[in-house]
Amino acid sequence: MSVLVNKESRIICQGLTGRQGSFHAAQCIEYGARIVAGVTPGRGGEQHLGVPVFDTVVSAVAETGATVSMLFVPAPFAADAILAAADGGIELIVCITEGIPVLDMVRVKAVLKDYDCRLIGPNCPGIITPGECKIGIMPGFIHQPGKVGIISRSGTLTYEAVYQTTCNGLGQTTCIGIGGDPVRGMSFIDCLALFEQDPATEGIIMVGEIGGTDEEAAARYIQAHVTKPVVAYIAGVTAPAGKRMGHAGAIISGGEGTAAAKYAALEAAGVKTVRSPAELGSAMQALLG
Amino acid sequence: MNLHEYQAKQLFARYGVPVTRGEVASTPALAAAAADRLGGDLWVVKAQVHAGGRGKAGGVKLARSSEEVRAAAKTMLGQRLTTKQTGADGLPINQVFVEAGSQIARELYLSMLVDRGRERIAVMVSQDGGMDIEEVAANTPERIITIAVHPAAGLQPYQARQLGFALELDSAQMKQFIPLVQNLYRLFDASDASLVEINPLIVNTDGQLLALDAKINIEDNALFRQPDLQAWRDPTQEDPMERSAAEHDLNYVSLDGNIACMVNGAGLAMATMDLIKLHGGEPANFLDVGGGATPERVAAAFKIILSNPAVAAILINIFGGIVRCDDIASGIIQAVREIGISVPVVVRLEGTNVEAGKSLLADSGLDIVAAEDLTDAARKVVAAA
Repeated sequence: MSVLVNKESRIICQGLTGRQGSFHAAQCIEYGARIVAGVTPGRGGEQHLGVPVFDTVVSAVAETGATVSMLFVPAPFAADAILAAADGGIELIVCITEGIPVLDMVRVKAVLKDYDCRLIGPNCPGIITPGECKIGIMPGFIHQPGKVGIISRSGTLTYEAVYQTTCNGLGQTTCIGIGGDPVRGMSFIDCLALFEQDPATEGIIMVGEIGGTDEEAAARYIQAHVTKPVVAYIAGVTAPAGKRMGHAGAIISGGEGTAAAKYAALEAAGVKTVRSPAELGSAMQALLG
Repeated sequence: MNLHEYQAKQLFARYGVPVTRGEVASTPALAAAAADRLGGDLWVVKAQVHAGGRGKAGGVKLARSSEEVRAAAKTMLGQRLTTKQTGADGLPINQVFVEAGSQIARELYLSMLVDRGRERIAVMVSQDGGMDIEEVAANTPERIITIAVHPAAGLQPYQARQLGFALELDSAQMKQFIPLVQNLYRLFDASDASLVEINPLIVNTDGQLLALDAKINIEDNALFRQPDLQAWRDPTQEDPMERSAAEHDLNYVSLDGNIACMVNGAGLAMATMDLIKLHGGEPANFLDVGGGATPERVAAAFKIILSNPAVAAILINIFGGIVRCDDIASGIIQAVREIGISVPVVVRLEGTNVEAGKSLLADSGLDIVAAEDLTDAARKVVAAA
């Protein structure tokens, strides 16, 4: 099993014909992902990588029945593309794009409340169910079908957790990169809820980092609702507080947002934490042993 | 990207946020001339640097004649100002803002920022203006009132009134405050700000509301659509290594230690810094070479790292996905040959073509230490430093 995507998932790629979209979509197709169409306004009617290209998400969905979209749209146009996907009937939007202005995402999140869809990202490596479906830029070959769900704000740091659980035989059910932006789609809690429901997921690895309070909220959620073992790592213990000019940022977060605060919250909730990223795989194995 | 106070005040004026009258000047003579044009008998000379805490550091001086303005400007221009926000080196003062002095009756606080938790622009006010707002937040948080603005509605008059009542403004002041705060919100939204802070927002003895100070930070991701604001960038206020890194599409932050690192991916780069510390070392920097780690990028990264004389060892940690480990190895070898590196270099590679990458390093004849895994890499580089 898995969460959100599997070998049946029908996927469109917004930005398929661009350089990044072409390269990574080809890799996803090679991995086995069912990319059924591309969307590039103005290029409708063409064929690219063996699939039809459409001008709009609406027409692509009408023709192919796709429910998932992978976005490789440049930052200036990405928020628009996310809204086009939601309005076009896409149920899972995976936005890889980095650099979307945060106020765009504030507006996008407000609009998405009107739709029954999920957003992963932006600024994320994507989502992969090993052996079945790869939507994003992660190296497929380090993954292995198995029993650990992985949720991460990072890219290459996620691959460390993946590689360790592949090497020790645990493997992964699904790996979700929720991305590094301050205002984003699915949160740790959203992913934890899915993994808790997934019969094949026996343990969950969380890879967090400084900034915001998503990990702290996740800690409280885990304490109340998650029965499966969780291992967490937080990057940025040594990150400086930042050279801020204004003081207002500290007010809202009220001391929260540091790696220390996140570790404290997770440990208080009974989550197993590791201080070295090299120990994620072994810590998970010890809990599942 | 930070704006100077004088730039922020120009932007305020454009959006109908009242500011104290003033002019920017780059020489003592021009400062005195500005004072003459402004008139009156009281001026404030303020160092224009991208940092707060200027007052306590001697960067804000009162003057009662244009001669005193000239003298104050002379003490500042061409000097570096060190405040609790600048780090030990301080920042260069290339300009001063000469402002008409105000008769202050009350000092208030007003700011806006993006509240990532609520996914809204938040507006904060406090009656405790003119002081360290972080202390107010820590000691008397009830003195700060916050509202969140829904993007579909914008800042509504009832919200502006709520903030005004929290500030205990009288009705004449409220009439000024409501458009002021709504205009400030429009500025924030239209400029893609990540922070706008007025501390203090004063009520002068004539009952006028004025922004005495102005801090604006524009979100870097949005600069592509803010060309006018981007033109206001002042590189003299930026860390030269960080600036140089940005020019090469590298992400770099200076730290205080002696073990440098070069990593692909921000999360992994932070984790690498943490790992160095965990094993008893002190990281010298954060450096994310990103997804396209070509030989040129690697060489540029080396040069930036090595321009820090404190560096005693370098750890390169690359998890190759799209990026291939043999390409990285070639890049490292090429860079080391080109630049000639005299500190130990520990390399940990994993992912695509890792064996080929390791072979290249082993056969290079260069003094590069290969690490087996993350832990081995951290131990080796700490030992080598």
